[in-house]
Amino acid sequence: MKFGVVVFPGSNCDKDLIWAVERATGSPAVELWHKDTDLKGCDFIFIPGGFSYGDYLRSGAIAKLSPIMGAIKEFADKGGYVMGICNGFQILCESGLLPGVLLRNNSMQFICENVYLKAENNCLLTRGLNKEEALKIPIAHGEGRYFIDEAGLNELKQNDQILFRYSNEKGEISEDSNPNGSLENIAGVCNKSKNVFGMMPHPERAADAVLFNEDGMKIIKSILLEEVNA
Amino acid sequence: MKYLVEINVMPHKALLDPQGKAVTNGLKSIGLTQIDQVRVGKRITLELEADTAADAEAMAENACKKLLANQVMEYFEIHVAEHA
Repeated sequence: MKFGVVVFPGSNCDKDLIWAVERATGSPAVELWHKDTDLKGCDFIFIPGGFSYGDYLRSGAIAKLSPIMGAIKEFADKGGYVMGICNGFQILCESGLLPGVLLRNNSMQFICENVYLKAENNCLLTRGLNKEEALKIPIAHGEGRYFIDEAGLNELKQNDQILFRYSNEKGEISEDSNPNGSLENIAGVCNKSKNVFGMMPHPERAADAVLFNEDGMKIIKSILLEEVNA
Repeated sequence: MKYLVEINVMPHKALLDPQGKAVTNGLKSIGLTQIDQVRVGKRITLELEADTAADAEAMAENACKKLLANQVMEYFEIHVAEHA
């Protein structure tokens, strides 16, 4: 599987993501400039975290207009895999590739800390994860409060689109383990066809033994599972 | 004709607006205790060329739906005036 990482002006997690993906796959990941429209034959496109266009207007609102987003939409419509992390998740929600929206944290504060997540559904991103285990992954955002209206939430549940929920260390999901006020502790979702993924926490920041945390690598490796088994 | 358009973009009433809440608390802390339910949105002004005020409003509405507001979390109000 060939991985691409999109770079917008203001992206700041692109290098970490490339590092993590290259360590997981053992082969080079491709950097894709946001002005390009050629996805260079990639099978899986990452949209990294950061502050694309300085979060002007709304997080992700200007980035969704970049030329590469048209190509990514087309790619996703044909079943191509796309994943947004943090600002990447905000961009995918703004562009309509994922349902819902990310609002200002209910504490009004930018939160940068390790949180725990429980994987929920069983798609490319989560199928290799132990659903009983809480993963320790850092968050770093001011606007991460996931919201969707009631009809949208019901649809997410019916189609099994919830990827992760915020939990405590034991994997218990409660309001106490909700860092930002997200609806029903939702930390990540995918689209109906389960080929577009978004999450606020940063797996690429927990993907190296040097940082004493490789839980994020488990998520990246889940993507590669098929290839590893093949 | 040139029109001046003012757009107010506000968080949906049913949604918690933490910014407004912080401002409410701030106002109370300086003794303005009668003030409550502050909500903070954005005011956007723009100029545009259109044949009629109705056309100008339709153009602004299109801009709001496509970019200026995210209707999952915000609603908008448009005021059109002839440019002096």
